[in-house]
Amino acid sequence: MRGWSYLAKRVSFSLMTIFVATTLNFFLFRVLPGDAVRNLSRVPHASPDLKAQLRRQFGLDKSPWEQYLLYLRELAHGNMGISFADQKPVRGAIVEALWNTIPMVLIGTIVAIVIGVATGVLAAWWRGSWKGSIGTSFAIFFYAVPTQWLALVLLIAFAGLLPSHGMSDPYLLDDSTGAKLIDLGRHLVLPATTLALTLYGEYALITRSAMLETLGEDYVLTARAKGLLPRVIVRRYALRNAMLPVTTLIALSLGYLVAGAILIETVFSWPGIGYAAYQAVVERDYPMLQGTFLVLTFSVVLFNLIADLLYARLDPRITL
Amino acid sequence: MSRRAKAKGTSTSWLWSVVWGTTTARAGVLLLGFFVVLALFSPLLRPYSIDQQVGGVYDPPSWAHPLGLDDGGIDMVSLLMEGGRMSLTVGFAAALVAMVVGGGIGVLAGYFGGWVDTVLMRITDYFLVIPSLPLAIVIAAVWGPSLGHLIIVIALLLWTSTARLIRAEVRSVRERVYVKRARALGAGHTRIVLRHVLPQIGPLLVANTVLSVASAIFDESALAFLGLGDPTAVTWGKIIELAFLRTAVSAGAWWAIVPAGLCVALVIVACFWIGQSVEDALNPRLKVAHLSPRTFDVRRGRSEADEVTP
Repeated sequence: MRGWSYLAKRVSFSLMTIFVATTLNFFLFRVLPGDAVRNLSRVPHASPDLKAQLRRQFGLDKSPWEQYLLYLRELAHGNMGISFADQKPVRGAIVEALWNTIPMVLIGTIVAIVIGVATGVLAAWWRGSWKGSIGTSFAIFFYAVPTQWLALVLLIAFAGLLPSHGMSDPYLLDDSTGAKLIDLGRHLVLPATTLALTLYGEYALITRSAMLETLGEDYVLTARAKGLLPRVIVRRYALRNAMLPVTTLIALSLGYLVAGAILIETVFSWPGIGYAAYQAVVERDYPMLQGTFLVLTFSVVLFNLIADLLYARLDPRITL
Repeated sequence: MSRRAKAKGTSTSWLWSVVWGTTTARAGVLLLGFFVVLALFSPLLRPYSIDQQVGGVYDPPSWAHPLGLDDGGIDMVSLLMEGGRMSLTVGFAAALVAMVVGGGIGVLAGYFGGWVDTVLMRITDYFLVIPSLPLAIVIAAVWGPSLGHLIIVIALLLWTSTARLIRAEVRSVRERVYVKRARALGAGHTRIVLRHVLPQIGPLLVANTVLSVASAIFDESALAFLGLGDPTAVTWGKIIELAFLRTAVSAGAWWAIVPAGLCVALVIVACFWIGQSVEDALNPRLKVAHLSPRTFDVRRGRSEADEVTP
């Protein structure tokens, strides 16, 4: 079956990419200036014995090739190493961070898809009139502004009205679940809004150009000649086909989302995977940085695969 | 000889007619030109020195300082001009590196095809999928911050899409009759690429590079914000980062943050307008869309090539 061979090809490409990223991840950090043991021991004048012991413990006395194999083997067992900063396993910290990132990213993305697709369709429909231009201009503006800047502007604008920091209020007196949820929701508003706004511009522009392409197709002309209502033409003829590239592009962008949240989480100190990456950079916590890079790569590769398969599934012209 | 000169001339003048003939692209050129002029003459034009304290911490805007002062009492207008110089330098340099690397790989892969194509595009595919910002963070963290490193890191993020685009275009150009004729007449690979392929893909490469400048400035601001920029260079990204770190938000000093981000956004919009107009003019599928979707009237042709009878 050709469908299975396509699937096998995409899956093997994804696995290869993760392998390449892993290898890159290993060797990038090997070229670091200085000795990993010196970073780890953090003792000004560690005795040679201690250094040798640490080196043995972390397998640094082996050849780079052996170290690489060791790294791959440990990774396959889910071991991502120990954080320099708090001496705890990286994996636990990353899993916890991911659970914090997902709700924020999910809510922001859903809002962005709804507003973005609606704006894109209307902007294509009203192309050439002032209404269309306004829609497009807004989309371009939000596509162009730096994410961290938008987050800061929202912070200034809503200072005092909404919490600016973290995920929950440590001084919350009411201990009930409802109050906690409301508190979480209030903390969520600004980061999720920033994410939604930066994504919305991109989605609107994609939808608009996809709509413009389908609106120029002959079957749209035929539908018009049959005397169908413009509303029906847009919804049943043009949008259906325009959603094809839009769906795959949105699926693609979902993978990069987690990475894109780095800036937003940094501004709002949202304890997610992006903030973990930022802190790892600030503290030069290399195992943590390696771990977050791997997780982010994995999410991008996964969503790429999903986008590929989705596209093949949605477009009957691509025979599986 | 004269024929080649003529062919090249039409390609350049076509590009110019698109860039200057479309309203949005012209607006983009004027906007980008404004920032480039400010950047080039920043040392002469800036009203105050960028390392001289002229007032209090986060002094609000006044007649003498229309955009207020930063946390060190330095005039924001002067800082923004210097920041523009640095940001645009990084943006253009990274886009040029990406153009040379991505364009080169794209031409090689598209022109030679076969195993060269397979190997180069496989590498490109991997780099395309690996998330760029985290990769840049890792590399910048490992290499240490400097302007040169920053340019290379950003170029590393940008070259992949250029390579893909150029490869696809070169593959189609390679099969055109005049290229085949040149080959039949005994022209070498170098000559065919330089004389026949490059002029054809030129406009596309230019459009892509302009869009790359926008991405590069955006990426620079992100990397600078994460503390991975050159610590000694003032860029727009750096201005935003410092304002964030030095509590401009709680001080309510919007003037330390808002203008820098707007500058980034305006430059990106300008590049987007220019690049998009050229790409639109190159895309034959959009030319087919000769019906205005709203009224279903026949639109005037987008270019002289559009021979639609009303």
